[in-house]
Amino acid sequence: VAINLDSSNVGTRENRIGSITGYIGSLSDLANQSECGTLKGCSRCFSQSSTCLSQCALGQLSAIRDVAVIHHGPSGCSVASAGAYYLDKVMAKKRSITNNTVYVGTDMNEEDTIFGSSDSLGKIIKEVNKRYKPKAIFVTSSCATGIIGEDIDSVVDDIKVELDVPIVAVHCEGFKSRIWATGFDISDHAVLSSIVKPPKIKRNTVNFKNFYESARPEIIEMFKNFDLEPIFLYCNSTVEELEHISESLATTCICGTLGNYLGNGLEEKYGVPYIRTINPLGIAGFETWLREIGKVTDTTEAIEKYIVEQRAIYLPQIDEIKKELKGLKAVLGMGPGYTFEVSRVLDELGIEVAWALAWHYDKKYENGDVPPAMEYLLEHDVDFEASVADQQNYEVMNILNKYQPDLYLSRHPGSTVWAIKNGTPAVYVADEYMIFGYKHTLEFAQSILDSIRNRSFEKNLAKRVKLPYTNWWYEQNVDNFLEEVKG
Amino acid sequence: MAKLLDKQRYKCAMGAMQTVQAIDRAIPVLHSGPGCAQKLSNSIGSSGYFSPNIFPCTSINEKDVVFGGMKKLHSTIENSFKVIDADLYIVLTGCIPEIVGDDTEEVVTEFADSEKPVLFASTAGFKGNNYIGHELVIDAITDQYLEKSENREKGLVNIWADVPYQDLFWLGNIRELEKLLKELGLTPNTIFGYQRGIHNINKIPKAEFNLLVSPWVSVGNMKKMEKKLGIPYLHYPTLPIGAFETSKFLREVGRFAGIEENKVEAIINEQEKYYYYLIERYADMFLETRVMAKQFSVVADAQYALGITKFLVNDLGLVPAKQFVVDDTPKQFREQIRKEFENLNYGLKAEVSFETDGYKIHNEIKEHDYHGYPLILGSYYEKELTDEMFGHYLNISWPVQDKVVLDDFYVGYTGGIRLIEDIYSVAVQRWN
Repeated sequence: VAINLDSSNVGTRENRIGSITGYIGSLSDLANQSECGTLKGCSRCFSQSSTCLSQCALGQLSAIRDVAVIHHGPSGCSVASAGAYYLDKVMAKKRSITNNTVYVGTDMNEEDTIFGSSDSLGKIIKEVNKRYKPKAIFVTSSCATGIIGEDIDSVVDDIKVELDVPIVAVHCEGFKSRIWATGFDISDHAVLSSIVKPPKIKRNTVNFKNFYESARPEIIEMFKNFDLEPIFLYCNSTVEELEHISESLATTCICGTLGNYLGNGLEEKYGVPYIRTINPLGIAGFETWLREIGKVTDTTEAIEKYIVEQRAIYLPQIDEIKKELKGLKAVLGMGPGYTFEVSRVLDELGIEVAWALAWHYDKKYENGDVPPAMEYLLEHDVDFEASVADQQNYEVMNILNKYQPDLYLSRHPGSTVWAIKNGTPAVYVADEYMIFGYKHTLEFAQSILDSIRNRSFEKNLAKRVKLPYTNWWYEQNVDNFLEEVKG
Repeated sequence: MAKLLDKQRYKCAMGAMQTVQAIDRAIPVLHSGPGCAQKLSNSIGSSGYFSPNIFPCTSINEKDVVFGGMKKLHSTIENSFKVIDADLYIVLTGCIPEIVGDDTEEVVTEFADSEKPVLFASTAGFKGNNYIGHELVIDAITDQYLEKSENREKGLVNIWADVPYQDLFWLGNIRELEKLLKELGLTPNTIFGYQRGIHNINKIPKAEFNLLVSPWVSVGNMKKMEKKLGIPYLHYPTLPIGAFETSKFLREVGRFAGIEENKVEAIINEQEKYYYYLIERYADMFLETRVMAKQFSVVADAQYALGITKFLVNDLGLVPAKQFVVDDTPKQFREQIRKEFENLNYGLKAEVSFETDGYKIHNEIKEHDYHGYPLILGSYYEKELTDEMFGHYLNISWPVQDKVVLDDFYVGYTGGIRLIEDIYSVAVQRWN
């Protein structure tokens, strides 16, 4: 699907790439149905709350240094500004830099929903510009402004001529998509359409899309071996850095869900190759990814040398720890950019995946292919029960109760605690680099081992708490509330 | 009218879900977009029996915006009964159904005969902030659930205080208020926190009176209960922190409850003796800490701005610089609150600014001469600012990133001591 940078609106993942949030079956069935085009997502007649796409979109944009995000809506929509302020401060401090990004709301009230408030919005934008002199301004909508038809595009167009910084309308009504990852696409679209400039020269840089750049120092070091320089996006990025990402040799991403819109956009628009391999998690992932970077940036020789050196250090240690993990049974629930990648790593470590939940599923990536992580698993004869649920906790708990796995792995705040209450040890795979490369694969294996070695915390807690679900629910099939499946 | 909300310190009315969450075994059922709960929840102290990802939600999508979401709301409530083990279900509506005109009341009425009560509150984000949302939930309970009682239980007093979760110390504070009333021989009844739930709600109509400890939040709730349930109320506007205010509080409650003055004075005497035993032992530290100016500012909701100002002035002898009330206090309450700030020992008056624009607040703090290293008690936004001024900073109001509180509190005699501990734990880290 071509990316249209002339419009400020981005199609949802559902409409653009046929993404779904409701499915229960197996990995192989999911892949087969995707390929022959028979896969249809189900809706639920009962659901629990999940995540707002604006949080993903504006979380990304507000991490860029010295910009302004103006969230036009009631104060609940812009409440994420408090978390963004904190994150910006601590993430900048970690690198001994400063980040003066501001994220403000407009505290829309009832009157505004009736009469509109584009005049006030215009004034607010000018005032923010005067106060902070941001390097770019993102003006964003909310459910309320979206429904009343507030024309933020016109407000932005009118002001554009008066300002000498990039300013762009960002459409992130929460009701647009059940898939919060659509928010990542929205932020990429805003960056591509307002900040990125056409390339002037070619640089030896690689765009590296990630969340919180915890592995930044070691990746910089590693890339030096290949005479490459990573540019981490968007946390702590400067607007100037972003202007030049079209000049990089390639784009890669720690999470396919996070990065595919930007990767495809830069490739389509400026010919920057997007690395579409499985992700650099685990051994196979890391090596496949590195080799592709080698191919694209013409550094294969240096990369093969690096692989040989690192294998010698880490593989014996990983083999050692695998002996202790063998035979463990795991359930995992993550965004699709991680579920099928982490499943592969668990398989590498000898841990059996009993059930994998993906918070959504993209039938096709932007280039039309089935996600590479799934393809890899099926080519290697790995299959397991799988479902797609937008963080429906009651479904997770039903599965954990039925399968009683040795381990639950999840990546979203507030999800692992429920496994623990069930008495199941849980590993919170929060840091996107937690399984990156050989070194972190070893650490990941170690943290799994440590988690199951001492089960005191979860046993103590589980013994004393009552779970919030009824016995009736635990006796039902997981797909009880899925609508189309039941016909 | 829309306004610039720079460094925002409150959430929207839908934040009322945290008020519901604070009632044991009560669950909010959300008729809203899929992500309101996660956005509006705090990540601290939020994995109790119910947490935001347990809250049933209609997760409104584009289709529902066009065709309405009443059918989905019906199936969500119906299945909530089957899946979630709760005592009370409170449907909260967000922006979308309110704008497109879903008749939530009609859907909820269909469940009038259910085994468990289902109530609803219209908490669209544009109706106000979460302080207002908190009031909307209590009003919903009064309007739709409570009935006037002919029987009154002698000495039973309902206590109402500020907003759970928005107030970092809500749990500890309300427990300490209960304790103070017990000292007086009264029987406190509260609906929030550990083992306080539907049975406490059921007891509300039997109380002799309502005690509201807040500058303005829930005044409307008290009036409604007075009218519908015939329960009189005592409005005590200052959160009592430390000996001076707590003793005053006990006297006033004692008088209202008709408790013998001697008895109240005896209790006060005993409490103050221990309080001043502690203060005496640490008075040298207060006097001789070389790094703290006498002047301070609080940046918080009306409750803490007022309560802490009174404590620092009347107990510790500090001098108020400007104080900032950031909860968007409704205009009709401002004058009355301002008067409280002007009613301090030795005729001292604290200038107070009702301001929601953090940029302006920061400029005023920067421009003020504190005659030394200032003490700033505020939200996380004030951390960096205070650092730049070489001041002392304590995170006491939302947003909170600098402090973890499980059941600590600032209310009462003990609460005053806790606040002193927190302030001086910061101050002693420096010499000069």
